[in-house]
Amino acid sequence: MAISEAIVLPQETSEARLERTWGRPRGFWGWFMNVHHTAIGVRFMVTSFIFFLLGGVLAAMMRFQLSRPENNAIGPDLYNQIFTVHGSTMIFLFAVPMMFQGFGVYVVPLICGTRNIAFPRLNAFSYYIYVVGGLLLWVGLFLKTGADAGWFSYVPLSGPEFTPGKRSDFWAQMITFTEVSALGVAICLATTILRQRAPGMTLNRMPVILWEKLVISFMVIFAMPAVMVVSSMLLMDRTVNTQFFNPANGGDVLLYQHLFWFFGHPEVYIIFLPGATIVSTLVPVFSRRHIFGYTAIITSVVATGFLGFGVWVHHMFATGIPQMSASFFTAATLMIVIPTAVQFYCWIATIWNGRLQLKLPMLWVFGFFFVFLIGGLSGVMLASVPVDWQVHDTFFVVAHFHYVLIGGALFPMFAGLYYWIPKMTGRMMNDLLGKIHFWLFFIGFNLTFFTMHFLGLRGMPRRVYTYPAEMDWGGLNMLASIGAIFMTAGLLVFMVNFFQSKATGKLAGRDPWKAGTLDWAVPSPPPAYNFLELPTVNGREALWDAAPNQPIVTGVRDDIPEVLITNSLDSEPQHKEELPGASIWPFLTSITVSIAFIWSIFSPWGIAYGAIPVVVTLIGWLWPRGHSPSPRQSVLEGKWTR
Amino acid sequence: MIAASNSVRVAAILASFFQGEHNSLHPAGPFSTNIEWLYWAIFWIVFVAFVLTILAFARASAKTYSRSEEMLPIMKNEEGDRKAKWAVGTAITITLLTLFAVLFMSVITGKKVEGMSSSNPVTIQITGHQWWWEVTYPNPQADQTVITANEIHIPVGKPVVILTSSADVIHSFWAPSVHGKRDLIPGYSSAFWIQADQPGTYPGRCAEFCGLQHAHMGFSIIAEDEATFEAWEQQQLQPASDPQSAETQHGREVFLTHTCVMCHTIRGTDAGSRVGPDLTHLASRKMIAAETLPNTTGALAGWIVDPQGIKPGNKMTPNPLAADDLNALVTYLRTLQ
Amino acid sequence: MNPTRLIIAISLAASALMVACSREERVLRPSPSASQVVNEAQVSGLNPGANPLPTPPTPSIYEESAYAVSEGKTLFGQYNCSGCHANGGGGIGPPLMDNNWIYGSEPQNIFTTIVQGRPNGMPSFRNRIPEYQVWELVAFVRSLSGLLPKDVAPSRNDQLYVKPPEASMPKQTPVGITGKPSQ
Repeated sequence: MAISEAIVLPQETSEARLERTWGRPRGFWGWFMNVHHTAIGVRFMVTSFIFFLLGGVLAAMMRFQLSRPENNAIGPDLYNQIFTVHGSTMIFLFAVPMMFQGFGVYVVPLICGTRNIAFPRLNAFSYYIYVVGGLLLWVGLFLKTGADAGWFSYVPLSGPEFTPGKRSDFWAQMITFTEVSALGVAICLATTILRQRAPGMTLNRMPVILWEKLVISFMVIFAMPAVMVVSSMLLMDRTVNTQFFNPANGGDVLLYQHLFWFFGHPEVYIIFLPGATIVSTLVPVFSRRHIFGYTAIITSVVATGFLGFGVWVHHMFATGIPQMSASFFTAATLMIVIPTAVQFYCWIATIWNGRLQLKLPMLWVFGFFFVFLIGGLSGVMLASVPVDWQVHDTFFVVAHFHYVLIGGALFPMFAGLYYWIPKMTGRMMNDLLGKIHFWLFFIGFNLTFFTMHFLGLRGMPRRVYTYPAEMDWGGLNMLASIGAIFMTAGLLVFMVNFFQSKATGKLAGRDPWKAGTLDWAVPSPPPAYNFLELPTVNGREALWDAAPNQPIVTGVRDDIPEVLITNSLDSEPQHKEELPGASIWPFLTSITVSIAFIWSIFSPWGIAYGAIPVVVTLIGWLWPRGHSPSPRQSVLEGKWTR
Repeated sequence: MIAASNSVRVAAILASFFQGEHNSLHPAGPFSTNIEWLYWAIFWIVFVAFVLTILAFARASAKTYSRSEEMLPIMKNEEGDRKAKWAVGTAITITLLTLFAVLFMSVITGKKVEGMSSSNPVTIQITGHQWWWEVTYPNPQADQTVITANEIHIPVGKPVVILTSSADVIHSFWAPSVHGKRDLIPGYSSAFWIQADQPGTYPGRCAEFCGLQHAHMGFSIIAEDEATFEAWEQQQLQPASDPQSAETQHGREVFLTHTCVMCHTIRGTDAGSRVGPDLTHLASRKMIAAETLPNTTGALAGWIVDPQGIKPGNKMTPNPLAADDLNALVTYLRTLQ
Repeated sequence: MNPTRLIIAISLAASALMVACSREERVLRPSPSASQVVNEAQVSGLNPGANPLPTPPTPSIYEESAYAVSEGKTLFGQYNCSGCHANGGGGIGPPLMDNNWIYGSEPQNIFTTIVQGRPNGMPSFRNRIPEYQVWELVAFVRSLSGLLPKDVAPSRNDQLYVKPPEASMPKQTPVGITGKPSQ
């Protein structure tokens, strides 16, 4: 036995050993044990896309109900659940998990040039906990327990007196689940970006996408606790009789709004910045040059990260806060226009001095430019307190934030999908179908949502399940509903395109776009170990700037899942770290945590008793691995030259 | 010919985009006029910004668009980048100045809209209920206090103070022709001014989501000249007139012996519950059920019998009354001028 | 089997099973019969000659719906039950949050009490309240002493805190007249 191993091992190639070390575990349970970032990233994307389609079905139902005045197709009880679950799904179960978690988890380690994300088990755990949160909301909807107090569930409407039953509790716990997930991924991504970059990828050479993911991760880490606190306070008010939001006992209903929007506005940037990230990644690729104004863009992104926390009161202008304090938030809101404007100007300059190739992903980036620009500019109008008093909580705002969120997230998402799906599946998407998808969606989107500006100015409030015929809103609403048909058709074309490409699409090869970042240095789809030879980097666009004989990193072991740890500033190699391998414990822990969270909806004892299985699974998770040699070797065995 | 009629139709549709009584762009008072001016000022600024940015994109794209499959990235373009730096710098400066202008206009208009004073104005207390508006004209003398619902009478051309409060959840008071929104928040009370310069009826709606019937929570502001307003006020202070005919007497009997009396007040009778709207002068109002139905005999009867079919989830109980009871009740209520 | 499909299948099956659950059902438009005001009720379960008691629907859609119980709680205040019974602790009228039931704790008993009134001050609400609202009040009154499941009973209101809300009340096993009244 020992002899045969001794004979076999030396003959095994490094590739085979890496495959054995990093390979995906097989079998039914193997799916639950997989902790590799490409698998988890794709799962985040697929799951959130399914939630997007489900949320889209709800949107279609709303457009159907509103297409005629005095329509009785959907009653108020169901309609309120539909729009609440639509909003909550799109924000918490689609936009953030897709734009931040999905793209981030899949792409960031590849662009860093490393073999897996940091804390891969936490990352896998974040996925499962997110799925449970999503199922909680949607199973609730099917059990007539759909949240019905709006996606921000203002108290007292969502409180114990005005929402009897468990509807708001399901919503509040869904928040906890998804925010735990986002926080987990934020920690993984920030650590990966700071410590696992390829040697040579100093902070000054980090691609814009890594900078933005880093900023977003920190925004998540600072913003999400606010909403978890507020949803937990709501849950406690509802279940254990705390009085946080009860004015009769000295509670405060505006406290809820402050805490919620302290999360809620950074959330908008947590959704939009990943979109800007994709644009900043794609514009140089399809302009065939380095991005113009690298430093300006990075500074803008960091500035957005800070300013995003200073504008939350502009959601509350109508609450009667004094003019003077409101003006500060007007100023802050107008100020945050500047970093976004800087990015726009830099993108224009990049195209201006480049060589534009209007390929499919770039078409979607152009869609983003147009749509997001309108959304951003109507945001300037909303920043003004008096104007906001008129259009706040009307369809004008509905139009505005769909322009911002669909423009800032969905258009870049499709750009990103058309760009990276060849990397994920190894096959190209059909160009013609992609263009049909674009035009259907673009026309439908503008038809639906541009119309809503007029509806808002003409006084149609948000969140109404029907409206009187005398208000004369019927025609515009019908127009908006027709636009929804176009968008649906566009999405169907995309689905057809995706499945067709997955089955019979043209093979993509390693680098179909001739892009500059390290994700295109690996085969499509990437092998389990990502990089056969760990790369080093010589410039901002790693592949474009590579020296003719760019050195590689050697000396990282291939028989255990080991990665190279570099320092944060100049990414000098520091030591090697063995990452945890495949394990069932993240999945089991997510199950026990879910039990505790869901139990706590029904009884506060759920937290106490539910903690016991959580501790058990955490012990299993943290059980020491036996075989690791010295996990932190301070001396590099290999050679690396800058 | 067809093209002409089509263009007429398109023009009509386009015009209809801006029509409607309940409309932010149809101001009828100084506050909403100021806001409308600010709206259009900022609108034209952002419109110009939009056109310029799109033109820049179009120019950049047209300049460098290439069908060539040349994949080699451009590594250096120092001349172009130097020019771009200037262009971007200028654009940022212009953006900055424009934003300052917007901020300045916004703050000035805000001050104009909020900084108002008047001695001895009309004061109206608005209390939001799920899903109707209680309107009170407070007076130190209890019997001089007018209480009504969903219909707010104001004197034309005079500033009016609105005091806000809520009986249950957050509502938002919004009559776009007169002023912007103000939330009615439980535990908070606030005050703001409204004023209408032309006599007329200005519709308003609840703008903050407040539950099942948020969609049917309207009100109207009726601006009338001073004399008419005072006459209205005096008339509202009267108790309900006694029924004259046998039928109306029967109607009052039905009111006082059925579910109605559990929630509604008719001053001058034994009905004194404050759960629902005060019905003492129901017949003087133009609409019922928070501007959901016109105040006609048929609509009133339908509302009494099946409120949950018309406004599902509202707090009014269905009253499947016998036909003669219902007729008598409606006839009685229609006499409450 | 593909695990993704398995998860989807399980969740679909689970939701299909649980759709029958009526805790969250909200009946906004009561049936015409339930909307009728009640004008007849039996004085006591021991009187076989009187009109038959209205039997609550089984299972009681009112006692199983959190919305209905919450509506009962609102009505308890609006119809001024609290004027005598306070928040359940009693005052002019007897407390409703203890285990002592003078006229019985079954839904039919309480229904009769509300419709018919009782000696020494409980007024009759005959003709005044539609049947469905009486049942909602009955359900809420029973929740006051913890007789309803905790996931149906209401939580606190936005009022001064004077007693634990119904969902936090320990169950008070009724004494006095107990058991179902004979039909």
